[in-house]
Amino acid sequence: MLDESMYREQIIDLYQNPLNYGHLEDADWTYEEDNPLCGDVIEVDVKLDENGRVADIAWSGDGCAISQASASLLTDAVKGLTLEEVRNFSKEELLEMIGVPLSMARVKCALLSLKVLKAGAYGMPDPKSLHQHIDDEA
Amino acid sequence: MLNVPQIRSDFPILATEVYPGVPLIYLDSAASSQKPVQVIEAMDDYYRHTNANVHRGIHRLSEEATNAYEAARAKIARFINAPDPAEVIYVSNTTEGINLVAYSWGRANIQAGDEILLTEMEHHANLVPWQVLAEEKGAVIKYVPFLADGTLDLTAVPALLTERTKIFAFTAVSNVFGTVNPVKQLVKLAHDAGAIALVDAAQAAPRMPLDVQDWDCDFMAFSAHKMCGPTGIGILYGKRALLEAMPPFQAGGDMIRRVTLEGSTWNELPWKFEAGTPAIAEGIGFGAAVDYLNGLGMENVHAHEQFITNYALEALSEVGGLRVIGPPASQRGGVTAFTLEGIHPHDIAELLDKDGIAIRAGHHCAMPLHHKLGINSTARASFYVHTTTEEIDKLVASLHRAKKVFRL
Ligand SMILES: Cc1ncc(COP(=O)(O)O)c(C=O)c1O
Repeated sequence: MLDESMYREQIIDLYQNPLNYGHLEDADWTYEEDNPLCGDVIEVDVKLDENGRVADIAWSGDGCAISQASASLLTDAVKGLTLEEVRNFSKEELLEMIGVPLSMARVKCALLSLKVLKAGAYGMPDPKSLHQHIDDEA
Repeated sequence: MLNVPQIRSDFPILATEVYPGVPLIYLDSAASSQKPVQVIEAMDDYYRHTNANVHRGIHRLSEEATNAYEAARAKIARFINAPDPAEVIYVSNTTEGINLVAYSWGRANIQAGDEILLTEMEHHANLVPWQVLAEEKGAVIKYVPFLADGTLDLTAVPALLTERTKIFAFTAVSNVFGTVNPVKQLVKLAHDAGAIALVDAAQAAPRMPLDVQDWDCDFMAFSAHKMCGPTGIGILYGKRALLEAMPPFQAGGDMIRRVTLEGSTWNELPWKFEAGTPAIAEGIGFGAAVDYLNGLGMENVHAHEQFITNYALEALSEVGGLRVIGPPASQRGGVTAFTLEGIHPHDIAELLDKDGIAIRAGHHCAMPLHHKLGINSTARASFYVHTTTEEIDKLVASLHRAKKVFRL
């Protein structure tokens, strides 16, 4: 009895043909972190436009089908979002996009890319305060 | 040879179903073994009939508990051919045994510039305690490299043992490659260089006869839970002279001889290193596990593992894209780690689980080993006294199914 529900076509497709895979030369931020369970590492590079929205995003790393598919889906979903919206992107939203039943251990795999993306986003200065700061200087 | 059907009936868990209609195929004994009914009953019996604190009471139960607990120590001492049960210290697991040496012996004997020799195939338990010690003392850690086949580069050892080397700590059996290291030879090289030798026997103790006098090792540690015994207990063997000279590791009750408000004197071995109320039921369960393994005969256990490993390596070689890491069956214990082209180990483990097959996926607490191989993780199937060739066939069939799911 083999229950393959976790490995739907879409997951395998994304695993074998990932979206937004690679690196950005001119990223505004790059962040990487590993999944302590398996040692897999994911790196996310983000480039913001002048309005502080995600203009381009790329991810790289090695991992299981769930973590890889999740990184593809997530990086596609956050294009055009503001820094604030990225910071508020919820786990539930990502898990819903993945849409397959996951065990507790695998939820960690699924959320690795989000963890990496958010950790990077929180490390960024707020674009508003950045501009405010520049205005004050002027 | 082992009577495997008989052995299987000793392990209640092997009769369980993981999912409805899917029996358990337990191929993760290297992480923690299952327990035979003899061990479960010994612990149950203790709690039902003998439970009391040890070394403290003059009432009947306390004496019985103390006797059972100390009898287990004597059995373990015989199991490893230790000259004296006082050289067998109860600890909570292998990790604590190694930490005891690193903290107690290490802090007293390692100085700035001294060298500690390890190998590149160590479990984190025999790596991190030494890193912490080296950091604290300004000591240097060196590593014996492993070769492409997962065996140690023995030619490199003599040059790595210098006059500054104080200790050579290495595993008897790799928990990833399965490699059985030449313990006696390595201990001798250490002694020739004036260093002491510590053997991590976590994977060796469950699978082969151990003889600390033949090996002549100075310390050796292993855990009960990987050898049919309970969690929460293991032992550290140490040569008496070394143990006598070492300061206590933890302080409190049981480990003292006499306490005054001005200071204390230490209890004799082995209790000097056993502070507080110990894991009594677990000690008794450990003794029962040793009885169980002795009943099977460690030579037979080893022969069965060789047989199954041989069979498994052959069967796995039929799976396209599968690469086993480590040496041939003749040089390994029942631990087989592998990668499968196009499927991550996590996904292999997940898909196998649906067929009731429990394997481990990850770095198996050996990140430096995996790093050197250029991979983050492997899948690992480990075999034990109850493993059958039918189970290996099911493993192979399940791997083929996993490949189908991944359209490979
Ligand atoms: C070779 C080796 N050393 C040490 C350990 C640590 O054992 P424990 O976790 O019981 O302390 C293990 C198992 O996890 C092991 O395989």
